[in-house]
Amino acid sequence: MMKRQSKVIIIGGGLAGLSAAMKLCELGAEVVIVAYQSLKRSHSVCAQGGINAAMDARGEGDSPDNHFYDTIKGGDFLAEQPLVRDMCHQAPAIIHLLDRMGVPFNRTAEGHLAFRRFGGTLYSRTAFAGATTGQQMVYSLDEQVRRYEHDGLVQKLEWHEYLGAVLDSEGVCRGAVIHNLRTNHVDCLPGDAVILATGGPSQVYAGSTASTVNTGAAATMAYLQGAQYANAEFIQIHPTAIPGQDKLRLMSESARGEGGRIWVPKRVGDPRTAENIPEDERYYFLEEKYPHFGNLVPRDVASREIYDIVYQQKLGIGGEAMVYLDLTHKTREFLDDRLGGIIDTYTKFTGQDPRTTPMKIFPAVHYSMGGLWTDYETDAHGMIDTRSPRNQMTSITGLYAGGEVDYQYHGANRLGANSLLSCIYTGLMMAPGVIQYTRNLGKAPEDVPSSLFDQARSFWANRLQSIKKMNGSVNPYRLHKELGNLMMENVLIVRNNQKLEQAVEKIDEIEEKFKSVQCVDSSDWANPTASFINQLYCMIHLSRIITRGALMRDEFRGAHYKPEFDLNQPADFDPHEYIDYLERSHYEKVPEEAFPQGHLAYMKRYESNNEKWLKTSLATFKNNQPEITYAPVNTSIMTPRPRKYD
Amino acid sequence: MKTETVTLKIKRQNTPSGKPYWETFETPKKPLSNIISCLQEIQRNPVTADGMPVNPVAWDCNCLEEVCGSCTMLINGRVRQACTALLDQLGSTVTLEPLTKFPVVRDLQVDRSRMFKSLKKVNAWIEIDGSHDIGEGPMMPDNIRAKRYVLSECMSCGCCLEACPQFTLGNEFLGAATFSQVRLFNMHPTGQAKKEDRLDALMGKGGIADCGNAQVCVEVCPKNIPLTESIADIGRQTSLKLLRDFLSK
Repeated sequence: MMKRQSKVIIIGGGLAGLSAAMKLCELGAEVVIVAYQSLKRSHSVCAQGGINAAMDARGEGDSPDNHFYDTIKGGDFLAEQPLVRDMCHQAPAIIHLLDRMGVPFNRTAEGHLAFRRFGGTLYSRTAFAGATTGQQMVYSLDEQVRRYEHDGLVQKLEWHEYLGAVLDSEGVCRGAVIHNLRTNHVDCLPGDAVILATGGPSQVYAGSTASTVNTGAAATMAYLQGAQYANAEFIQIHPTAIPGQDKLRLMSESARGEGGRIWVPKRVGDPRTAENIPEDERYYFLEEKYPHFGNLVPRDVASREIYDIVYQQKLGIGGEAMVYLDLTHKTREFLDDRLGGIIDTYTKFTGQDPRTTPMKIFPAVHYSMGGLWTDYETDAHGMIDTRSPRNQMTSITGLYAGGEVDYQYHGANRLGANSLLSCIYTGLMMAPGVIQYTRNLGKAPEDVPSSLFDQARSFWANRLQSIKKMNGSVNPYRLHKELGNLMMENVLIVRNNQKLEQAVEKIDEIEEKFKSVQCVDSSDWANPTASFINQLYCMIHLSRIITRGALMRDEFRGAHYKPEFDLNQPADFDPHEYIDYLERSHYEKVPEEAFPQGHLAYMKRYESNNEKWLKTSLATFKNNQPEITYAPVNTSIMTPRPRKYD
Repeated sequence: MKTETVTLKIKRQNTPSGKPYWETFETPKKPLSNIISCLQEIQRNPVTADGMPVNPVAWDCNCLEEVCGSCTMLINGRVRQACTALLDQLGSTVTLEPLTKFPVVRDLQVDRSRMFKSLKKVNAWIEIDGSHDIGEGPMMPDNIRAKRYVLSECMSCGCCLEACPQFTLGNEFLGAATFSQVRLFNMHPTGQAKKEDRLDALMGKGGIADCGNAQVCVEVCPKNIPLTESIADIGRQTSLKLLRDFLSK
């Protein structure tokens, strides 16, 4: 008997969705891609600095294992180690693939791939295409998918929105409900599997580097339908962005990777412009505090330091919440070649030229390490079983997730240039397992009773109709801003339980106000407001998962910083001491004198904190609230140890 | 103190076949405001300057940092992205209109799917054997990479086509963006394998011969892509191909 062709529905046309589509087509599946806009316009185009792969192109002694170590340490040991190891070992092959597809990666004099440094590592392992690497990668993948579209294997449904999964009586995903953003018709797409590649949720915050589509609505809808949402409280705040009314625009970490220096005037409220402040009156605080990693400490560390400089030490430029990111010591040719994209962006949005004037920057919400809980399977050797249907499957059977919408790869803090990697890795990696899953399915989509799809369609058509009839007094876009400001004020870099508790209450108030929303657009054609109100509903639930998760996690780990629970690492502590301590404590009671004063007590605090909190937090939707439970993290490859970057 | 405001005159259209009409809005001018933040302000307060409650203006946008190409429109008659249109550089009254060379969907939204169809027509991709691990890509000098990179920054925004007198709503002209993409793929060592097919696609109706050399495309490109250079280069490539085809007959 001939094998039936698998039909897979991919939601999202960014890097994860496109790479999954390409791989699935290669494996013979019929693919439908659903996206808000034309595929070339997804948020992945905003990624600037590069993609990591340890190819040791500069003879520094780098290796995929070093990449693994940096990623796990950067994520404060909360990432799933077998997956991260596999990703880091696949990374060089991914770069070669992208290179073959025509991504214009910068090259060396000899014509090989060029690499630069990024945060959280001491190696040059970031391949890059100017300062628009994400855009270039999206285009190359989009071109490959266009080729499959040309050959009839891919159908693109652009200008369509995903509303929810179609679940059968056993809770298995049988397709997707989609909303045509022009005709406003609701329809069902039957399929063997659905992949969510819908990106992050940063629109939950008012000040982020996100694109407008990054509402997290698709992931939240999966959660509302029974999927678990993991590590929601880990939100990355990128240290360097430029202010704006509509969004905060990212200034890539590559600016520091190429030698950019962060500083503030030493004198509080110094009124002079940057050019008039002599070298010895500048405070290069990251370089002074972290002589080893300098300006390239991981993002969580850099953002906390900038926050401290501005709000505690009041050293922000002219007393405002800004610090300098200085590239003026580099030549014009060098900057144009390596960083042209972001230099243009800065110039266009501020009217100032970073080649001659130091940039003024401040941290902004950037990325969610958390996301839909997804599974994976290892073989007897602990290696990833690449054909397992469980890989990247959410807790809803047949519903997959990959890219920023999943949670497994970055732990408590993502390293720069690892997100492009995890997007492509998950997209490619999940494909054989998805095919395996569809082959194991008893029923073809045609055999699923059509009443199931009729019900889902009419449920959503009615829901959108009732949203359109909402006629209260609250403007949904204003309510979104209120929610976003609330999250900025209470669930950002420095967190405390009192404010988090207040935030939980205020989210309840916003949910109450939501009932009085007015659908301010009455059109029956291409009406974006009804969609937006539905997305806002999702954002309210998502902000609650984030806030509740943050409130419950009483510790300081990666991007989740509660000063109250800082374990206060002694300044002269060496992380290797902890490995010694663990080994010695196997066979003796470790005496206090075995380590410098205070170190043993610190290590014991660290150990017991890990016993309690080195866990994945899992949110399950119950009684309109997230019920939060904790699950162990796979740390089988590298023993967790205190992080240190100075 | 009264907050400074800006007056927006916006050309609106309810449906693709609907009649266009104009509406005027006043929005506050805050530091670093751009056209996007004004349109967002209208969403939060969908009332015209005369105090009439109306449907908010519909427009397309996504990245808001001029890398996605989505928010292209006519601003004071000039085609550009709304995100990089800062109020400080625009004066106290600003007109917004949808692109005129693409069908209007609603208000400032247009349908640019023609651009993507053109990319399909010219095989705008590199034919790779597969995505499995079969080793390194072709070696490439960095100066070739640099040339390719500039061309590869095209975000299919449509500015060059809007400005082009040859490109109209009804005709089949492929336009500068597409010609430049052919040059990009023909420049790649692997992409060259399909060079002849791509040139073939440019030698029929709507192809390179229809370019009237108005040279306005290059002036409006937000990414400073050397489009006229691409047109000249593609012109040479197709002429040589004509000659080759003739000699091999």
